[in-house]
Formats: sequence, structure tokens, C-alpha cells
Amino acid sequence: MAERSLGVRRALGIHLALVFAFLYIPIAVLAALSFNEGGLPTAWTGFSTKWYTALLGNAEILGAAWNTLFVGLVSTLIATVLGTSLALGIETRARKGGAIEALVFAPMIIPDIVLAIALLSFFSLLNVPMGLHTIIVSHVVFNLAFVSAVVRARLKTFDWSVTEASRDLGGGAVITFRRVTLPLILPAVIAGALLAFTLSVDEFIIAFFTAGAGRDSTTLPMQIYAMIRFGVTPEVNALAVVVILVSVAAVTLAHRLNRGIVAP
Amino acid sequence: MAPALAWLTALMVVPCALILALGFFRRGTYGGIEYSFTLENFALLFDPLYAGIFLTSARVAGIATAIAVVIGYGAAYAITAAPRNRQPMLLFLAVLPFWSNYLIRTYAWIVLLNREGLVTQGLRMFGYEGEPPSLLYTEGAVIAGLVYNYMPFVILACYAPLSRLNPELAEASRDLGAGAFTTFRRVILPVTLHGVAAGAVFVFVLSIGNFITPALLGGGKFQMIGNLVYAQFLTANDWPFGAALSMALIAIMMVLLTVQARATERGSGQARGAADG
Amino acid sequence: MTTSFFQLRAVLAGAALSAFSGPALADLVISNWDGYMAPDAIAGFTAATGEAAEMVVHATNEEIMGKIIASGGGGFDVAFVSSPFAEVLNNLGLLEPIDPAKVPNLANLYPEAAALPHDPGNAFSVPYAWGTTGLCFRSDLVSPEPASWKDLLAPTDANKGKITLLGTDRWLLAAGFLARGYSVNDTDQAHIDEVEADLTAAKATMLAFDDTTFYSKLVSGEATLVHAWDGWCNYGIAENAAIKFAVPTEGSDLWVDTMVVLKASQNKESAFKFINYILDAGNHRWAAENILYKVPNKASMEGLSPDLIAQYPNMGMTPGELLKLEQLRDVGDATRAYSKAVSAIKAAN
Repeated sequence: MAERSLGVRRALGIHLALVFAFLYIPIAVLAALSFNEGGLPTAWTGFSTKWYTALLGNAEILGAAWNTLFVGLVSTLIATVLGTSLALGIETRARKGGAIEALVFAPMIIPDIVLAIALLSFFSLLNVPMGLHTIIVSHVVFNLAFVSAVVRARLKTFDWSVTEASRDLGGGAVITFRRVTLPLILPAVIAGALLAFTLSVDEFIIAFFTAGAGRDSTTLPMQIYAMIRFGVTPEVNALAVVVILVSVAAVTLAHRLNRGIVAP
Repeated sequence: MAPALAWLTALMVVPCALILALGFFRRGTYGGIEYSFTLENFALLFDPLYAGIFLTSARVAGIATAIAVVIGYGAAYAITAAPRNRQPMLLFLAVLPFWSNYLIRTYAWIVLLNREGLVTQGLRMFGYEGEPPSLLYTEGAVIAGLVYNYMPFVILACYAPLSRLNPELAEASRDLGAGAFTTFRRVILPVTLHGVAAGAVFVFVLSIGNFITPALLGGGKFQMIGNLVYAQFLTANDWPFGAALSMALIAIMMVLLTVQARATERGSGQARGAADG
Repeated sequence: MTTSFFQLRAVLAGAALSAFSGPALADLVISNWDGYMAPDAIAGFTAATGEAAEMVVHATNEEIMGKIIASGGGGFDVAFVSSPFAEVLNNLGLLEPIDPAKVPNLANLYPEAAALPHDPGNAFSVPYAWGTTGLCFRSDLVSPEPASWKDLLAPTDANKGKITLLGTDRWLLAAGFLARGYSVNDTDQAHIDEVEADLTAAKATMLAFDDTTFYSKLVSGEATLVHAWDGWCNYGIAENAAIKFAVPTEGSDLWVDTMVVLKASQNKESAFKFINYILDAGNHRWAAENILYKVPNKASMEGLSPDLIAQYPNMGMTPGELLKLEQLRDVGDATRAYSKAVSAIKAAN
């Protein structure tokens, strides 16, 4: 018994290592290209750190990166709260309604371009001033659907008797949620938030349409796609490397400070 | 729940209904809307060209989903088998590559796989002199690109249901004499089926709506539904037909998702509540 | 009756805005492709005129068009778009007429640039750059040198699998139309069907449709012959002198990128000043020297170094040579048929 489980464990470890290798292959390539002296992606012309220097002086790219981070964080926060509450609401309802199911699926299947044009037309019709805030509320639309799908997958096999027990012991709704429900669903909530953030920081078409007309609401994907016509310079590769390194550093630090936050 | 429903109603249902309603009107000569009621956009949907594109993209998205689910589920399982305090870090590392930019990552794949790319140069360094392998601009390349970009979402969707799987449950099953495969099929899979289903839906809907991967890794030689809808709204400036196409797509996807949700419900019914510890 | 939902809405939105307050005085906002004008153009404009401005970026004509149409202007004052898109915006009533009195530097343009078929007299658009589309190839790897559209569509054995075609509707179909001797704006359904069949057949002998990295494929040798815009071919020539550009014997299209002022702009005076600033001989020359696109500005082009033209021969094409080519025009209702043909070509296997 113990031997078989050791074998399974080893196989799982190898699988995970291969998956991570697959995920990081293009990252290694783009990191290498960030040190390529020439601007063309296909030919190595020598080692240089000039793209990092150029990046430091490129206010457009850096400003766009900050905007993207801001939109990602705020829309993730809102979508996580709304998506989790939606998942709890749906899964605790006695009768499942087809209309609500459809409403929750819809943001995932409506083509991006339809949502983008619809939101822009709608905001213009109501004369809503546009900016980063309109990108944020628009990203929340699809993000909350993804978060609620992840949390619902967890709640489908949730043992509601534990919350009843808490109530029986005199715990109010808030206490029960904070002390009993939330810790049990926290891994799903965190997974949903990671999913939402990842979708938001890479989203282009909805951001482009719902952004205001101004530099202060240009996001990184908008900036990078606009570079296609005259060449995407390796400054963008350098930025990707910096983003990844800073994220690793930040998360490692947070991990040190707050061990085991996820363990339910 | 009410705030979320209000959000979706105000910022999705109402705006999208206004745009989708354009499906009942005509494209003006210069791309505006001519407000006379017509069903011709819906009649156009029955052109075999569009059904063909739908079937092709459903097939491509379906294959990508199957591969992503198998790989992603295994990876999520492996993460839950790691020490508990390392799990959040592993989960984070699985999505981190995707905080770089889609376009840049895709270019990196092209640099690697093109006929004069790093893979070919590597082969030549080891004395290979034949024709360089054709890895890009094929359906396989599109599928690989979709698996690459969306598989981490399967990991995220499967992680939570797997992480709360009581290890004692699996052990009990084995103690009762069940083999590893039986334990997986009868105990682990039913309890985590909803996570698998959610992950599969993510990959499928994101793939079928994608319009950049077919253009770059597929060399534009393949069309997904995403390309077709994008072309109507932006290239042809034909919002009425784009709206009709989107309505058809939404309706078909709703039916597929409902069928899938029912099947998942049945498949996991036996395991409901069995594993909370 | 054709009415524009968007026009109606723009009126409503305008009424709502004026009901609250006067128009807010914001920066002049210019939407352009990234890298299409000098990095210091905005600072230079502000220094020269005292007007604040900012540049935002768009990735494609289609996207900025969609945004302007859906919002009725979207807060932009000046937009850079290719001429068929400027025509559509004008037909939808979204553009402000150009006031020549406020853009004195229009006098710097070649006379031909003020007589373009899409907008004679620069009534609603001011040309920023122009050129043509043709064959961009590795002269060291391709022999004999290609000279016809048929070399792209039915290539020699040596070029098979090493050809890319532009994937954007208008240019892809133009290659097919020109190969058969038709107009690039042909709207005859029978001709569109023929071209659809030709281009579908050509998929078997090509590498990929590529609008963005074809010159890079040429440099690496992944492709040997590509369908390219003249300016973009120059990026390949910059990396490898064996790369050449040729206009096919059947002729080609004339493309023109233009600057337009939005009717919804609250900064029209500044918008004209900005266009005037760009048309200054020295400022406009920047585009020719740095992005290697021909500009329709006589004063700018005459100051161009002969060395540049020697290195990039297509920079020396004269306005007379360009105007002999047929300009891409908006094709109205045929846009639907074009789009369907392109979808069919790309979906075929």
C-alpha cells in the first residue's frame, strides 16, 4: 500500500514538473529575447541590457503597466466578493432556476467584441464619463462569472450540515460565514481570484472599447497591440520579465509573512 | 447575490440586448443601421459556410478542452499532494506566466517553432540536415496554443474540489480492496467532477471565442467562431449580421452548457456531501 | 430610409451634455498607431502652439472605427485611419470638414495628394502617408525575380510553402482581383467568386496569412516571397540588403493613411493646429526618415537624403507613379460579400 502510494506520488511529481516546464518554455524564450541587441524577434545579434534601460525611460509602457495592475486588482476584488456571494446565493436556493443559470453562464459565452461594443454604446448613450473605472466595471462582468463558477464547483459538494451546526450553537449568519463557511471555501475563492486577475491583466478588446480617450486609461495590452504595425520592441519582453520577477518576490514575501493562509 | 445579479443585469443584459436586437435590422450601405425589420440575417446563418466554421471551431475547442482537462487535472492533483503550506505558491506559479502578455507569449512560441526557429536550429546543431519540421500554421499548432493558454484555468478550477478531498476517504476505499483506478473512478472523480466541468467550460468557451491564436499560430488558415464574430462587427462593419451570429452562438452554447450541467449533476450525485471532513 | 442610430444618439448625448454645463476643456486627444509619429511630436506641438495634447494608441483601423462608431466620437479629436475607413466615417456623418484656412501647411502637400479619388480637395481627410502593396522577396533565394501577382498565387516549386499573403479583407482580395486584371474595388459577385476560388487554391502553396511579421519571416528565411506594403518591406531591407520590393506588372493599389477630425470634438481649433503642425516640412519628414513610409508632403520629400532612397528604392516612387495605381475605396454594400469571401477562403481546408 505504502509503496503504491509512493509510486503515485512520484508520477504526480514528474507530471507537475513537466507541466511547469511546458508553461515556462515561452517565458524562457521571451526572457532571453529581452537581452537581444537587435529588435527583430527571429535573429540573435548579441547580448545587451539596452531594452531594460529603454523600458525605464518609457513612460507610456510603464504608465500602461500601472493602469493594468490597478484595473486587475480592483476588478478582481469586486468580482471575487460579488462572484462568491452569487455562488453562495445560487447554491443555497431551494429551487434551481434556469434563468439564473443562464444569466451566470452568459458573460462567459457572449463574444468579447459584443460585450465591448454593447458596453461602449451603453456608456455613451447614458453619457457616462469613461476612464479606468469603466474598464474595471466591465471586467467585473465576466470576472464575476468565472469566480462564481469556481466557487460553485466547490459548493456543489459542500456539507451544509456544518453551517447548520454552527447556527444551532448560536452562531449568527455573519459569524457562521466567517468562521465556518469561508475557511472551507477559501481555496476556491483564492483560485477564483487568481483566475479573475489573470483574465483581467491580459484582456484587450473590452478594455480598448470601454477605456476613456486618454493616456490615463491606456492599459498594457492596448499599448502592446498598438505596437504591432511598427514592430513590438523587446522593451515589452523586458517588462514581462520584470513583472514576473516582481510578482515572485511579492508573493514569496507575503508567503513568509503569512504562512498557511490557505489551509482550510 | 442581489448585487451580483444587479451588476449583470445593468452591465450585461441591458447593453447586450440593445446590441443583439440589431440582428433584426439591416446593414446600411456605409455600415450604419437601417431601421427596417428583417429576418434576413438569421436566414444567412444557414449558409453552410457558417455551420462549417462553427463545427470546425467546436472540434478544435473540444480537442483543446480534452487535452487541457487531462493535463490540468493531473497537475491540480499533484499540487494537492504537495505539503499544504506550499500549495498556494504552486498554484500561483501555474498562472504566473500568464501575467505576461498574450501577444508576447505567442510570439515566443513562434520564435521557437517556426521553420527557421530555435527548435530547427537546435536540430541542425546536432547534425540534422533534412527538411525542417512544420510545426506552425497547422490545426495542431492552434490546439497547442489554446491548451497552453487555458490549461492553467483547469488547474484553478480543479484545485479547490481536490484540495478538500479527504485523504482518508481514498485510503478507506483502498483498504476495502479497491485498486487505484477504481478508487479514482468511484471515489475521487465523482467528488471533483464539478471542478472538472467548470474547468472544461472555461477552456471551451475561451477557445471557441479566441481570435488571435488562429491568426498567429494558425497562420490565419483556420477560423474560429471568435474570428467570424469579430469580422462582422469590425472588419465588415455589419453589426446586424454580427448580432444574429452572436445570438445563434449564445443559444447553442446555452443548450450545450445546460446539457453538460445536467450530466455533471447526475455523475456526481452519488458523491454529494460524502467527502466533507 | 437610412438613419443613423449613432447620429441620433450623438445629438441626444450632446443635448444632455450642454444641459449640464459648457464643454469641458480637456487635452487634445489624438489616436494613432504606436510609433507612427515622432516620439516628441506631442511635446513639439505643445512647445510650438502652447496647446496641451496627448496621444492614445489603437492597434488596427477596424478597432478605432468600431470605437468611434459605437460612441459617436468617443472623446477623440484627431484620428489616424486608412482612407477607406475615413470614407466610411464621413459617410456616417462623424467627421468635421477640414477648414483649409486653419491648415495653411496643406500647401506643402503634392498637388496629387489634394486630388485623391476618395476625397478630392481634402474635404474631410488629410493624407499622412501613402504607398502601394506588392511583392517583397529575398533576391538571393528567389530566381527568377517575381514580377506578377501570379507568382504569389501560383508559385514556382522553390517558393512553395514559403509565401505569405496579407490577411486583411481588402488587400487579400486585391491580390486576387489584380491577378485576374480586375479592379481592386470590383463588386461583381461573379468576379468575387472567381477570386475566392483562386485564393482558396493558393492556400495549398502558401505558408500563412500574415499582416504583421512577414518581413521578419523574410529575414529569417522562413519565407522567401511575401505580399507586403512597401513601407513594411523596408523593415526587411533594413535587416537584409538582399530583400527587394517590386510592384507587379498588372499594377497594384494605392493606399493612403489619413488624419481626420471628429465632428464630436470639443477641440476643433487645436485639432486643425495639430494637423498643421504635422504637415510642417520638417515634422512630416520624420515619418519618411524613421518609419520608411512615403509621405505626400512635397517639401518633406524634397529634403530626403539620396542615400535613403538608394537604400530603399521604393521611397523614390513619385506621386505620378503612385497615382497611376488604383486607390482602395469603400465598396458600400459589397463589403458583406467581401467579408463572406474572406471567411470562406480562410475556413477552407
